Amino acid sequence: MSDINIEDLQVQGKLADNERLKRESNFLRGTIAEELNDQITGGFSADNFQLIRFHGMYQQDDRDIRAERAKQKLEPLHTVMLRARLPGGIIQPKQWLGIDQFAEDKTIYGSIRLTTRQTFQFHGVLKRNMKLMHQTLNDMGIDSIATAGDVNRNVLCTSNPIESEVHAEAYQWATKISKHLLPKTNAYAEIWLNGEKAVTTEEPILGSTYLPRKFKTTVAIPPLNDVDVHANDLNFIAIAEGGKLIGFNVLVGGGLAMTHGDTATYPRKATDFGFIPLEATLDVAAAVVTTQRDLGNRVNRKNAKTKYTLERVGADVFKAEVESRASIKFEDSRPYEFTERGDRFGWVEGIDGKHHLTLFIENGRILDFPNKPLKTGMRKIAEIHQGDFRMTANQNLVIAGVPAEQKDVIEQLAREHGLLDDDTSNQRKSSMACVAFPTCPLAMAEAERMLPSFVTDIEGILAKHGAPEESIITRVTGCPNGCGRAMLAEIGLVGKGPGKYNLYLGGTHNGERIPRLHKENISDSEILSIIDELVGRWLQERDGAERFGDFVVRSGIIAPVVDSAKDFHDVGAIPA
Amino acid sequence: MQLNGLTSPLTDQQLSLLQQALAGMSPLQISWVSGYLAALSQTGVSTGEAPVAAAPAADSAKLTILYGSQTGNAEGVAKQLKEKADAAGVAADVFSMGDYKPNKLKNEKLLAIVASTHGEGEPPDDAEELHGFLVGKKAPKLDGARYSVLGLGDSSYEFFCQTGKDFDERLGKLGAESFVPRVDCDVDYDDAVAEWIDKVVAEAKSLTSVAATPVAAATAAAPAASQFNKKNPYNASLLTNQKITGRDSIKDIRHIEIDLEGSGLQYQPGDALGVWFQNDEALVDELLSLVKADGGTDVDGKSLRQALIEDYELTLSYPGFIKAVAEATGEKGLAELAADAGKLRDYIADRQIIDIVRDYPLELTVEQLTGALRKMAPRLYSIASSQAEVDEEVHLTVGVVRYDAHGQEHMGGASGFLSERLEEGGDVKVFIEHNNNFRLPENPETPIVMIGPGTGVAPFRAFMQQREADGIEGNSWMFFGNPHFTQDFLYQVEWQSYLKSGVLGRMDVAWSRDQAEKVYVQHRIVEQGAELYQWLEKGAHVYVCGDANHMAKDVHQALQTVIQQHGGKSEEDAQQYLTDLRKAKRYQRDVY
Repeated sequence: MSDINIEDLQVQGKLADNERLKRESNFLRGTIAEELNDQITGGFSADNFQLIRFHGMYQQDDRDIRAERAKQKLEPLHTVMLRARLPGGIIQPKQWLGIDQFAEDKTIYGSIRLTTRQTFQFHGVLKRNMKLMHQTLNDMGIDSIATAGDVNRNVLCTSNPIESEVHAEAYQWATKISKHLLPKTNAYAEIWLNGEKAVTTEEPILGSTYLPRKFKTTVAIPPLNDVDVHANDLNFIAIAEGGKLIGFNVLVGGGLAMTHGDTATYPRKATDFGFIPLEATLDVAAAVVTTQRDLGNRVNRKNAKTKYTLERVGADVFKAEVESRASIKFEDSRPYEFTERGDRFGWVEGIDGKHHLTLFIENGRILDFPNKPLKTGMRKIAEIHQGDFRMTANQNLVIAGVPAEQKDVIEQLAREHGLLDDDTSNQRKSSMACVAFPTCPLAMAEAERMLPSFVTDIEGILAKHGAPEESIITRVTGCPNGCGRAMLAEIGLVGKGPGKYNLYLGGTHNGERIPRLHKENISDSEILSIIDELVGRWLQERDGAERFGDFVVRSGIIAPVVDSAKDFHDVGAIPA
Repeated sequence: MQLNGLTSPLTDQQLSLLQQALAGMSPLQISWVSGYLAALSQTGVSTGEAPVAAAPAADSAKLTILYGSQTGNAEGVAKQLKEKADAAGVAADVFSMGDYKPNKLKNEKLLAIVASTHGEGEPPDDAEELHGFLVGKKAPKLDGARYSVLGLGDSSYEFFCQTGKDFDERLGKLGAESFVPRVDCDVDYDDAVAEWIDKVVAEAKSLTSVAATPVAAATAAAPAASQFNKKNPYNASLLTNQKITGRDSIKDIRHIEIDLEGSGLQYQPGDALGVWFQNDEALVDELLSLVKADGGTDVDGKSLRQALIEDYELTLSYPGFIKAVAEATGEKGLAELAADAGKLRDYIADRQIIDIVRDYPLELTVEQLTGALRKMAPRLYSIASSQAEVDEEVHLTVGVVRYDAHGQEHMGGASGFLSERLEEGGDVKVFIEHNNNFRLPENPETPIVMIGPGTGVAPFRAFMQQREADGIEGNSWMFFGNPHFTQDFLYQVEWQSYLKSGVLGRMDVAWSRDQAEKVYVQHRIVEQGAELYQWLEKGAHVYVCGDANHMAKDVHQALQTVIQQHGGKSEEDAQQYLTDLRKAKRYQRDVY
């Protein structure tokens, strides 16, 4: 420990109710097991409703029919969403076939949803199928421990199949970090897998009341910032020399969540603490987590994330504490550059001679759509594929490690099932949305369901201004929690109410600047007319290959966010 | 309205007492009291004095009326007979077969039997024991006894009036002699019943040597009946028609609320509501056009078209219609069908009257048509509300009958009327059908076990409302089942709230199609057998409501299994245990 006094740096006051329920949960057990046997409701009562998140599930309901069911004297159509733990998003074909089958047989929506946490989600699982779900996954070597709740969640890793050796090493670290930071309680196995009951007496890293708030970790391999490091609490930027990984730059305290109308909340970029050698990785990871565990705000959950802790205690104080706990000194950051965030669609050949096909999956939703049987196509590919699949943080999918002789058959299957379409525009490939309606309980406005037609409108605008090949990173998120990472987009829409969004502009192409509010609470048609005008100006006045997000800042349409803790809530444009 | 001493015949003190008594009463309570006082004034008995019972006449000179009743129709007929007999000076006693000791039968000289049939030719619950006794070895010789049987049934079922036929046959075989030939009544039984009663009373009068003095009905303590009844239904209005199964349900079940305000109609949990429905006008018009009859023709003071809408049965078909049309027209195919009972039954199984006419579009005169058609019978629905909760409303849980057959969509008569054709605010003619065989225990401490899958849930919603109003907590156990948890959990949020508040002690549910193997309430009953048996031993009352053909039998078997397994009883003893429960009115069924 450093010579700081932890207590002096803690926020005093009445603890948030979530602290009580974590403390009383007997290491995440609560009364989940008892409530699974309650046949009268498909839902969970208040504490267990929260606790199942630590086991990777959210209670949701079909919001489209909530009012209808109330009239029918039926409770909301409660289901759970499960988010799997797949560090780095790698899944084997055999596992894919298993999740495909479960989604088909036992989920209301019959889909596999790839998400921005580089994993898959099942949506619409009834309570009576929850144990079966975990047991099915467990049999395939997959779990969902700590993919939600106040813990370190699924660890992301850049999907970079070209430099496969560095990727392989980085992926190993993502897996190790994930495992190192997992809860040690046996609750998951006891409740879901009929595991033996064991007494849990401590959580050495997470602590008996776990973390103050959710915690997100990535391993990023420059120049690709597909994981969006600034959306995460803890980031390990891979530094390689001669094709070998030698260590990481550590970035701490990023995060995008905020609360409408609460200026004490804001998105924040991660702070660069410096370089560490590989062998310090797990100790540093644990030190950042335990420092946040002890210093994070447990009184006000809206200010509980690592980014607020850094702002409150000072990044240097936080860093010194991490150094003290990990017994290391951060070296100066090694140089690196992020140039891209998007996935590299189509075929690429890795340095090991294997081939990789990246598929664009709109909204990450793998389902048999009319004329686009994506799910069937993926199943057929999984039946013959010899490599693995890699889900990307952009909700897309890489068919990785294809030997040359299988390229044709896999490409043909992909084309036949609408998984590969040469007509998909760059704009569509640069657009992303969270799930939102009808299942997400937090959604204030549509996201996934409005995105396809919204993108079509933007495509129309680009074509109208003579630049159909151009793209603008466009992201829609249904609420300010920000799963859709709109707070790092060039055009960001944050749901405000049904059909209404806050429009943010001025993020960069590589995800290193937070956008600023341009217009509040406007309809998508108002948004489109603003975009129409600004895109027209951009294409007329741009400086060379200048990106849209840079143009709106340079031209004074929007003032750049420089230090979001101080200037994010300042109003819009620079006076002309 | 203001009471004052000048306009009333009461003393000031009486007036003040009356005003005090009325002050805290609800309109419903006042209505009850008014009925009570009206009855009191008619019988001329003042409170505090019990009505004087007539001296019992000699048994030999007495008519014994036994009824076996499931829904109360046979009971009603038996009581009508008793009234007419009393009025004619024929001494008569009336008993439910369930309350009548079979071994008394050998002493009877003059016997009238009123028995309904339900399901597939089965006797009603309260007739089971006597029915079994008569066909068994212990049946006595009945030489010298005279009897008459009235059977109630529904000719759309294969074993029409079977129970009545059984009694007739057995009594005859045991040596008794019929004094008025058996009458088998269909659902529109009023005229046939009246005729039978008149004959029985007349014959009985001549057969009994000692005439008793007529006795006035002494029913002072009962609440006054509303002026509305089956013959004179109340024209109520539909308040709410709400589907209560989910959008993906394979069932369409409606929660119906009907306004009784101002009718004075009163009911208790367990009662049924009789609904006089209207046939689908489109169906009537098609029928008229197919038989080439003029809808404007006058029939009993209204147009034929209106009569077909209001007075005739068009949705349930019955062999009599085919026979009558065959006779009237001489159509060969129909005549052949009418001659073969088996074929006929198969043919009408899923055909409504309109289907028959579509198959055989024959020209019929108005007289031929109305002669062939059966009079409409009102449909009875178990009431799903308690007036303690809903005051002057009545709620029903209606399963909508809707199916495709012979290339057309079909709807049930009453359920189609209530769910599709009647608009909210529209008129519906209703009456209360009391059912004293389905009543909450008098003692609030007595535990209750409610078994009501599907629309059988209805009376238990009424029970819960009543117990909540009465402040009774717990000691109640509900078994419910339906195809799917997410779609078919009728009144789910209400059950959740009763469980939470403690009005309902526990609930077990069975979702038949939520897993590979079918699971029904009877499986839950057996699973929970140990505790259920304890409840029975503690004196619990068991109520079963819903489907008669399968569910009620399976539940009965399950209860028997529970009693065998957990009471360590033989099959026979377990049967006896259930019989005893039934006789003690602790096992009550409302099945259809």
